[in-house]
Amino acid sequence: MSMTSVPTKSKSKKIRASKKMSRMARREELQGYIFILPWIIGFIGLQAGPMLFSLYGSFTNYDVTSQMDFVGFQNYIKALTFDPLFWKSLYNTVFYVIFSVPLTTLGSMLIALLLNQNVRGMRIFRTVYYLPAVLTGVAVYLLWLQLLSPVGLINEMLSWLSIDGPAWMLDPNWTKPALILMSMWNVGGGMLLYLAALQGVPKSLYESAEIDGATAFRKFLHISFPMITPVIFFDLVTSLIGGFHVFQEAYVMTKDGGGGPLNSLMFYNLHMWNKAFEAFDMGYAMSMTWMIFLIIMGLTLINLKLAPKWVHYEGEDK
Amino acid sequence: MGAIGNTKPNYFKSARLKRRTAKTIVTIILVAGGLIILAPLWWMLATSVKSMKEIMHFPPTLYPHDFHWENFAEAISTFPFFLYLRNTMFITFFVVIGNALCNTFVAYGFAKIRFRGKKVLFAMVLSTMMIPPFVTLIPQYIFFTKLNWINTYYPLIVPAFFGSAFFIFLMRQFFMTIPTDFIEAAKIDGANHFYIWWKIAIPMAKPAIATVAIFAFNGSWNDFIGPLLYVNDESLYTLQLGLHTFQSNTSVQWNYLMAASLLVLAPVVILFFIFQRYFIQGLDITAGRKF
Repeated sequence: MSMTSVPTKSKSKKIRASKKMSRMARREELQGYIFILPWIIGFIGLQAGPMLFSLYGSFTNYDVTSQMDFVGFQNYIKALTFDPLFWKSLYNTVFYVIFSVPLTTLGSMLIALLLNQNVRGMRIFRTVYYLPAVLTGVAVYLLWLQLLSPVGLINEMLSWLSIDGPAWMLDPNWTKPALILMSMWNVGGGMLLYLAALQGVPKSLYESAEIDGATAFRKFLHISFPMITPVIFFDLVTSLIGGFHVFQEAYVMTKDGGGGPLNSLMFYNLHMWNKAFEAFDMGYAMSMTWMIFLIIMGLTLINLKLAPKWVHYEGEDK
Repeated sequence: MGAIGNTKPNYFKSARLKRRTAKTIVTIILVAGGLIILAPLWWMLATSVKSMKEIMHFPPTLYPHDFHWENFAEAISTFPFFLYLRNTMFITFFVVIGNALCNTFVAYGFAKIRFRGKKVLFAMVLSTMMIPPFVTLIPQYIFFTKLNWINTYYPLIVPAFFGSAFFIFLMRQFFMTIPTDFIEAAKIDGANHFYIWWKIAIPMAKPAIATVAIFAFNGSWNDFIGPLLYVNDESLYTLQLGLHTFQSNTSVQWNYLMAASLLVLAPVVILFFIFQRYFIQGLDITAGRKF
């Protein structure tokens, strides 16, 4: 953060240098602020400002048009005690996150490890596995609605293994597993991250382990795994945040946010969306966003706290 | 690994054999997995050219028995496809331009200019990545409502000109790799940072800008929540909204739906195959990230 560019340790020299450079440095500094100005405006206007408004709004009965009276903790109390859909939607979301996040993390790591074995056609495999990660939006949800139909491709494939497939999106017990399955189609996104990390592991480490006669499993446990823990950590943190964000697929696949059979796909954000943009109970909806924000923040902080115990950084952190 | 020489004892041979079988098994698993990954896309393609009669057939046919290419023409004429395509392209164009310009500009400032508070501000940029989008969604909606921006494209386009944390991070990582000597030399010649940014940094950063552009394109092209929230007038719909309405109207015409879906996804798939390395490069930069 120092203004001087002279990396000397002598104090007097530093001061003299900074005085000599001060006009230039000040001009440089001004330019620096101009360069980051768009972000600052965006941060205040599109993030910090709205968040402050939302924090205040969550303590009001705001409905966009007529009223904005301060109601204290009423919205929060209503959510935690009177609204059965609040707990239902939170449960659905946590259920989704608990299965979808570890499964996709593990899946993408596994594929990356397999791809890292110097197999032929690695580039083609990489392309194929990554492809679904760039495909999102309504088209993909419609495709999966069809795949998951009781007489769709997935049940047909299961029948080859003599498994009687469930009704997926029509059976309240199977709607969430259906969406978890769908989320696993995107393993390729994380896979690329792991592959990049694995290919950054120095070959010499493996070679010396081979001389010592280490098995493939031991090489993974003592070399590959520690070296990719930073990426596992990054993947976990970001997919946890992303997992709690589950909304679009449920909205499109349950007929405009209906929540599916027995509200089994009424995710937290879907409930909040309906409160905000169907019922226009904005104050309540904003209190909901703050509660989920606190949950996500808490989980991220736990992650950050636990990280030093298992995340291995090669060399010193910059 | 084969550098040991020709006098390999027998156990090396068996080790090599073992390695080769291991590799074969890995390849078989990867091929099987790849087929599973591609199956849904095959299904989309197959369904889009099937007749309704064939779709209703049980058990489902794994490949189309006869090809009904007219499904595509039919799908396009059931909803104003070309109007929605034009709307989507309009929005996407500005979102890509905004992101490519603004994020390189801001990132250059963070990477190559000295100013007080830089570290704190950059930490703030990174921490905004942790904010769940839904926290800002409602207040932003209220804000744009008050600006009378509902039923316009402004809420979808304007934010792209104020930077996005992930792209700023990506571009900054790239600019950090440009040797400071280049910039110092230009400064001695009397160039200011705006000139250096435009004339030196941007030409050097073309691959990274391509990465940002491609991600921004995908994000905007596939955006559903934004248009759903801000666009009510059907003549302003995007392809995602159009597809969504199309689904609600014709919930059983799977061949038309899949044909339309395929057309919506096609540009994304084509761009992916052309600019693959930029996707991979972007993720490589992310993987090098330390918390």
